[in-house]
Amino acid sequence: MMQKKVEMDFSRRDFLRTSSLVGGGMLIGFNFFTACKPEATMPVDLASLDYNDFNAFIKISDEGMVTIFSPNPEIGQGIKTAIPMIIAEELDVPWQHVNVVQGALDTKNYVRQSAGGSRAIRLGWSSFRETGALAKQILINAAAKRWGIDPVHCTAKQGEIINNRGEVLNYGQVVNEAALLEQERTKKEENDKNAIAKRPVLKNPKDFTIIGKAVTNVDVDKIVTGKPLYGIDFVSPGMVYASVLRPPAFGKVLKSFDDEEAKKMSGVIDVIRIGEKTQKIIEGLEIPNVLLTKGVLNKSDKVVVIAKSIWEAMNAKKRIKAVWVDDTPSESTEDHDEILLKLLSGSKFETRRKDGDIQEAFKNADKILERTYESPFLPHNCMEPMNFYADVTDSKVHLVGPTQTPGWAADLVAQLLNRDLKEIELQITRAGGGFGRRLFGDYVLEAAEISDKIRRPVKMISSREDDMLTGTYRPAIKYRFKASIKDGEITGYHIKEAAINGTMHPTIPHFFPAGAIENYQVDVAYYQSNISTGQWRAPHTNFLAFADQNFFDELAEILEKDPVEMRLNMLKRAAKNTDETIKYSAERLKGTIDLVVEKSDYYTTKKGVYKGLAAYYCHNTYVSEVVELTMEGSVPKVKKVYVAVDCGIVVNPLGAKNQIEGGVIDGIGHSMYADFGFKNGVPLNSNFDSYRLIRMKEAPEVETYFVENNFNPSGLGEPSLPPAGAAVGIALKKAIGNRTMKQPLIGHIPANKLTDRQDS
Amino acid sequence: MNTIFFKLNGKEVSTKSDANKPLLWVLRDEFNLMGTKYGCGIGQCGACTVHLNGNAVRSCLLPISQLQGEEITTIEGLSAKGDHVVQKAWKEVDVPQCGYCQAGQIMTASAFLKQNPDPTIDEINNAMHGNICRCAAYHRIRKAVMLAAKK
Ligand code: FES
Ligand code: FES
Repeated sequence: MMQKKVEMDFSRRDFLRTSSLVGGGMLIGFNFFTACKPEATMPVDLASLDYNDFNAFIKISDEGMVTIFSPNPEIGQGIKTAIPMIIAEELDVPWQHVNVVQGALDTKNYVRQSAGGSRAIRLGWSSFRETGALAKQILINAAAKRWGIDPVHCTAKQGEIINNRGEVLNYGQVVNEAALLEQERTKKEENDKNAIAKRPVLKNPKDFTIIGKAVTNVDVDKIVTGKPLYGIDFVSPGMVYASVLRPPAFGKVLKSFDDEEAKKMSGVIDVIRIGEKTQKIIEGLEIPNVLLTKGVLNKSDKVVVIAKSIWEAMNAKKRIKAVWVDDTPSESTEDHDEILLKLLSGSKFETRRKDGDIQEAFKNADKILERTYESPFLPHNCMEPMNFYADVTDSKVHLVGPTQTPGWAADLVAQLLNRDLKEIELQITRAGGGFGRRLFGDYVLEAAEISDKIRRPVKMISSREDDMLTGTYRPAIKYRFKASIKDGEITGYHIKEAAINGTMHPTIPHFFPAGAIENYQVDVAYYQSNISTGQWRAPHTNFLAFADQNFFDELAEILEKDPVEMRLNMLKRAAKNTDETIKYSAERLKGTIDLVVEKSDYYTTKKGVYKGLAAYYCHNTYVSEVVELTMEGSVPKVKKVYVAVDCGIVVNPLGAKNQIEGGVIDGIGHSMYADFGFKNGVPLNSNFDSYRLIRMKEAPEVETYFVENNFNPSGLGEPSLPPAGAAVGIALKKAIGNRTMKQPLIGHIPANKLTDRQDS
Repeated sequence: MNTIFFKLNGKEVSTKSDANKPLLWVLRDEFNLMGTKYGCGIGQCGACTVHLNGNAVRSCLLPISQLQGEEITTIEGLSAKGDHVVQKAWKEVDVPQCGYCQAGQIMTASAFLKQNPDPTIDEINNAMHGNICRCAAYHRIRKAVMLAAKK
C-alpha cells in the first residue's frame, strides 16, 4: 500500500459540519452546493451556520444505523431512493441499515433542490458520492485514532472499519469520537487559510455493491398501506380548508361577486377575495412576463371559500355568483391553428442553428419534401391535484406541500408577503405526480395569500376541475419540416417551430440530426397568448420527436432506404463532425439503435404486427424504441414496446425501469388520446370523463434494455417519453397506409383509413 | 341529521355527517384515514376505491346516508401489517411511481382477485381499466396482479 498520508486529509470546511447528537450518534451536514464547486466559498461565516444551512445530512446512530436526508422533491421519479443509494454506496453501509427521510427546503442554499429536466442525478452524481466518501473517511480517521495507527492502514466496508492487524470496529462504535474529532479539526482548519481542498477517494464503479442493484422504492411500505405521505394528507390543529374560484376563461378578470348563498352553506367560515398582493407584484413587472405566461401570477383577483372541510368549501364555491369582465381578448383553438400556421409560412423567425446554406440546397434539389406536424395543448393532470398548506403568523410563514421548485416558491412567497426569506419555512411532501406542473408555484402563492389574510393555518385544495381548467398547460406547437434530396442523399434540412408562448430550449437545435446534414437550419417563432403554459414532461421534445422521427421515416420511404440504415449512415457522418456545439454522441445513439434492433428482432416480420422504430436523444440520455402495433378492427393498439437506453451507469435498475416504462406508456397515451383545446378562452375539458388518459387495456407490455458502460449517469424522468409517440406514429403509418401528422392520433386518422391493410 | 352506523375496517363506528357527504371525505375528514385518495370526484379515476361489503366501489360517489349498517374496508384496513397478498405483490414488483393512485389500485385488485382468483390477462385488464395511473405504471400493476393471483 503506497498511499500517502495526505490523501486522508481533506478540506471539508467548505461543505461539511459535524456534531455529536444528544443521546449518542453523529450528524454530518453536507452542503451539496459547495460540494459541487470546490472553488466556491461559503456565503457566510462558518461558525454562525447551523444545520439548517446544509441541504443534506447523514445521521449515524450508536448502533451504526444510518439516516440519510434526501434533498430533492420526490414526484414519482424515484429520486428519494436513488440519491441515498449513491451516498450509501460511498459511505459503504449495507442498504438495510439505511433509513431515508425527505429533507426540508434550505432557503439559503437551495441550489438545484428541485425536480425537473431529469437533472438531479446527472448534476449531483459526484457530489453525492463525495458526500458519502467523506463521511466514511471521517469514521476511518476516528477508528485509526482509537487504534493509534495511521488511517492508511484502515479500510472500511459494509459499515465496518478493518485495520491491517485484522481488528474490526463498526461505524456505530466510533461515531461519537468521529464527531468530536471532526469538530476539533473544523475549528483548526478555519484558522488555517492555506488548507488545500482535496477530494476524497471514490470507489471504482466495479466495486459498487448498492449502485446497479435493484432497490425497491423507499416509501413503498407506506404507499401500499395508505400512510399520509402527500400534501393533500397533511393536517395541523386548527387548520381550515380553502377552495378557490378562479376565472372561468383565460382573458377574464373578476369584477364583483355575491356570496350570500355560499355563506349560508354548512361548514362555511368565510368568503374572501384575494389578489391584492399579487397585483402589487404584477404592477412592478414588465408585461408580458414569465410569471404571467406560466400562470404563477394571475391578473385576476380570486374568490376563496374558507370552510371546515374541503368538501364543504368546494360545495359552497358552486353557489358564488361572480361577475367576470374581459381583460384581454379571449382565444380559441381555431385562432391558434390559424396563427401558428401563419407564423410557419411567414418570415419572423429567430434562427437557432445554421449550417451551410439550406436555400442553396433546396435550389439544387432533385426532390423536396415538406410536412407540417401539429400538437394540441395538454394539461398535466397530476393525480394529486394542486394543493398547499400555509400558516402565516407574525413570526414566520410555514408552508407544507408538493412542489418541484421549493426554493422558487419560497422566494415568491417572501416577495408576495413582503417577508424575509429567513422567515419562510417550507416542508416538502411526496408529490402525487409532477410532470412539470409543480414547477409553477401559483397554488403555493394562493395558499400563502389566503393564510396571510385570514391569519389561520389553511389548506388550499383544487378540485380536478379547478386543476384542469386553470392549468399551466403544455403549449400547442406546430412544426414544419423541409428536406432536399440530391443524388439519393439528404442535402438540406430545415426545421421551423411555431409555438404558443415560447420557443424550444436552446440546446435542442443541436440534437440529432444536427451535424449529420451539410445544410441544416432551425428557426423558431412564437405567439404570445393569454393562456398560461409551461414545461410539461420533456418540454418541446415530447412532440418534436414525433415530427422529427416521422419525417425521417417518410424521407427513407422516398429514398427507398431502410429507415434504420438511413439513420445509421447519418450517424456515421455525425460521428466525424468535430463541431463542438453538437450536443450528442453519435456512437451512443447508434448503440441504442443496435441494441433495440437486436432485442426486438426488428427485421423479422409477423403477420398483423406493424413495427415502428424511433431513436432519440434528449436530456442527456439516448433512447431507441420499437413499437409493435396491431389493428383490432378499426382500433390501433400498441401491443409491445422494446426500449434500449443509454443513461450511463444505472443507479437503480428497478427504479430506472419504472421511469422508462412509465414514460413510454405516458408518451403513447398522450400522443394517441389526449386532446385539449379552448373556445373563447374556456378549456374544453374539465375532468376524466371527457379528457382521455391511457388506461390499463391500452397499456402495452414494455421491455427495457440498458447499454452497459461507465459513463456518469444521466436522468430518466423524461427521455423515454418523446420517442414513444414517434414510434407509434411510424407503426400506424404502416398499418393504415397513411401518415397521421396531427396529435392526438386517434381522432386525426381519416375514417376511411381505419382498416388493417393486411385484412383489406 | 341522522346518525349513520357502519362498520369501518372491522370496527363499529358512527357519524353525524351531512347525508350527502361522500364516504371519501368522511373517511378523510372525520376518521383521519388519508389512504383513500381524491382524484376526480366523479367516479372516473378509481383513486378513492374502497370495499363495500367486499366489493370495490368509488367512495367519491357514495353518499354516507347509504351506508347504514354496511361494512367498509379501506386500504388501512386491508391487512393488519401491510401483508395482504396484493400488498406484498405490489412491494415485490415495486409498482409505485408517485404512488398516489396505488391505494385505489390495490383495493380494486384485491376485491377482484377475491371474486376471480385465477384470472386471465384480459380479465385483469378489464378489472383494472377503471383505475387511472397518471404515472402509467400499468405494466407493473398488471404484473403485480398476476403475481398476487399466483399466490
Ligand atoms: S376520486 Fe373517486 S373515482 Fe376518482
Ligand atoms: S403511481 Fe402515480 S398515479 Fe399511479
